[in-house]
Amino acid sequence: MSTSKAERHRADVLVSCLHGRCAELIPALEEEIERRGLAGEVEVVEAGCRGLCSMGPVLLIQPEGLFYTNVQPTDVPELVEETLVKGRFVERLAYKEPVTHEAVCHYEDIPFYSKQVRHVMHDCGMINPESIDEYIAVGGYQALGKALTSMTPGEIIDEVKKSGLRGRGGAGFSTGRKWESTRRAGDGIRYVVANGDEGDPGAFMNRSLMEGDPHAILEGMVIGAYAIGAHQGYIYVRDEYPLAVKNLGIAIEQAREYGLLGEDILGSEFDFDVKIVRGAGAFVCGESSALMQSVEGKVGEPRPKHFHATERGLWDQPTALNNVETWANVPLIINNGADWFASTGTEGSTGTKTFCLVGQIENTGLIEVPMGITLHEIVYDIGGGIPGDREFKAVQTGGPSGGCIPASLLDLPVDYDSLTEAGSMMGSGGMIVMDDHTCMVDIARYFLDFLKEESCGKCTPCREGIRRMLEILTRITEGQGEMADLDRLEALAQTVKSASLCGLGKSAPNPVLSTLRYFRDEYVAHIEDHKCPAGVCKALIEYYIDEEKCIGCGLCRRKCPQEAISGEKKEPHTIDRELCIRCGICHDVCKFDAVGVK
Amino acid sequence: MPKLKSLEELEKLRTRLQKDLDARVETSTTITVGMGTCGIAAGAREVMHAILAELDARDMDAHVTTVGCIGMCHKEPLVDIQQGDEPRITYGNVTPKMVPRIIEEHLVQGKVVEEWAVGRVAAGQEG
Repeated sequence: MSTSKAERHRADVLVSCLHGRCAELIPALEEEIERRGLAGEVEVVEAGCRGLCSMGPVLLIQPEGLFYTNVQPTDVPELVEETLVKGRFVERLAYKEPVTHEAVCHYEDIPFYSKQVRHVMHDCGMINPESIDEYIAVGGYQALGKALTSMTPGEIIDEVKKSGLRGRGGAGFSTGRKWESTRRAGDGIRYVVANGDEGDPGAFMNRSLMEGDPHAILEGMVIGAYAIGAHQGYIYVRDEYPLAVKNLGIAIEQAREYGLLGEDILGSEFDFDVKIVRGAGAFVCGESSALMQSVEGKVGEPRPKHFHATERGLWDQPTALNNVETWANVPLIINNGADWFASTGTEGSTGTKTFCLVGQIENTGLIEVPMGITLHEIVYDIGGGIPGDREFKAVQTGGPSGGCIPASLLDLPVDYDSLTEAGSMMGSGGMIVMDDHTCMVDIARYFLDFLKEESCGKCTPCREGIRRMLEILTRITEGQGEMADLDRLEALAQTVKSASLCGLGKSAPNPVLSTLRYFRDEYVAHIEDHKCPAGVCKALIEYYIDEEKCIGCGLCRRKCPQEAISGEKKEPHTIDRELCIRCGICHDVCKFDAVGVK
Repeated sequence: MPKLKSLEELEKLRTRLQKDLDARVETSTTITVGMGTCGIAAGAREVMHAILAELDARDMDAHVTTVGCIGMCHKEPLVDIQQGDEPRITYGNVTPKMVPRIIEEHLVQGKVVEEWAVGRVAAGQEG
């Protein structure tokens, strides 16, 4: 069926699911339509299978969308008379819509989605990321067309500046201003770089974007490159994201084939191409200067920032480096305008932000919310709360270098400035929810352990400072801490924060500082009372059996790897404290809640 | 595919692709499997193979396509079914064992397997 032909008709009758049955149905329809003098108005089309084969032959009458099932040639005169001549519906042949359809809720009514505002992730999970055709069909590359044909580079930069878009990688620098500085810096070669080196534990929003909508990132990069005057771009992706690398690669190939990358893009005489650089998965390479070293083929170590990357970045040329999510926001701004973009979010933090909601949360997943939404809404409305009716304790934002935000600050609006003020940071968008079974001292220790491995070792405060802080924290979790340790921790943290070379070191003390600030009593309990209130730190806890609750089933006795549990059948059991290694298996297996921790 | 030389050519292509996509959705069944890393880790590849095998066994025609992560990682593997202008129905935590029943009831009998459905998108709203 050619579309132009169909448009001339008043109605189309689409016949499907014939599967060889009722071959006479189509001729019968055509004959009847002819007889009623409707031949010029109504076209009969044999369409593909609609899946309802058991109800075939199936008829769909467009544009009304009337749907008939089990249509036999004998039904044809009535059907044509009623529906096509008189415009009435033939109940008898109606598709019996299962009432249950309504029982399944609309996406917008699912609590998980109802508070989300999906702009950047709009097409993720909706279009096939391996098909440029699907991206174009939903309006892709229209922003690029608009930018190249009707906007000057200056106008694009102004629009992005006006939108208030800030870097989605975490630091939150104004994207428009970054572009402006890059454009103004000299008149030689310039570069654009997309940072897809997502390394925070529990964060996967950049990965999902690169996998699910790679063309949106490319489109943003071409627009940015045109605005800045760059002709070469790089996407830095860690090799642990094989599907992201694959889908980006396919997207680049397709864009080149369509002339949306390469020379003379859309006849605008603007040339631009993109290369993928695969990273080896070092956390520090997410830091801009280390990333650029890595792109150049050198060891990924940060360098002092006497010059900004916008002046001397990649190969010492002016470079605009943005997170992949920042790039994907650009087509939205060009298509809908800066005012539309700024109408979502808060005054200082416009637009939306994607977060990965993980940890002790009912609905683990990837969310996109307007800036300024409260943590409470994210955790309880979107996240569905804490599983097992446990109590919310803290949420860790900004990855290992972010901070832990306590329950008392649940009404905090999520934007760049509020999070920084609370001692955490936006980061790229990891959000780890913790319940009351999480020990905050242990969490600080865990993150420092991660950072100790990931510190590149170039500057002393970060390399040595993190190790010393980790030693103190380990000591405290083992019950060997002293009160003076808290002051030492604080002093070390301040030094590392102010004296480190790059963002990794500068933010590394955040887990320590924020837990000290909000959960100091837990540190004190570890040091003074030799107790771990959350029941996590093995050296400080003791498992015991509640005689009242124990029925002597013997399950814990059989499961104990140390044979530390003894007792007669149907009599309360006991744990030998000397033998117990505090593995917690007895606690996990007991069906009567008789094993406690103190 | 010849290179696009102007915005007009891009717009023409878009109109054509949009119509093709609409026609595909309107005249056939589209089965969409979430195949981001989260989906694959939860077993989406096995589910997709089960769908293809089941369609093959029944000699049925449907467009099976893959998409990235839609965000509901806790419900992966996710499978969406859209037929004509019916709402697009999403099934969550799908295993290969569930596939024959989904195909039998949803595709053949036209009944949504309610207990496994997690949501729907009204037709025409997803674009």
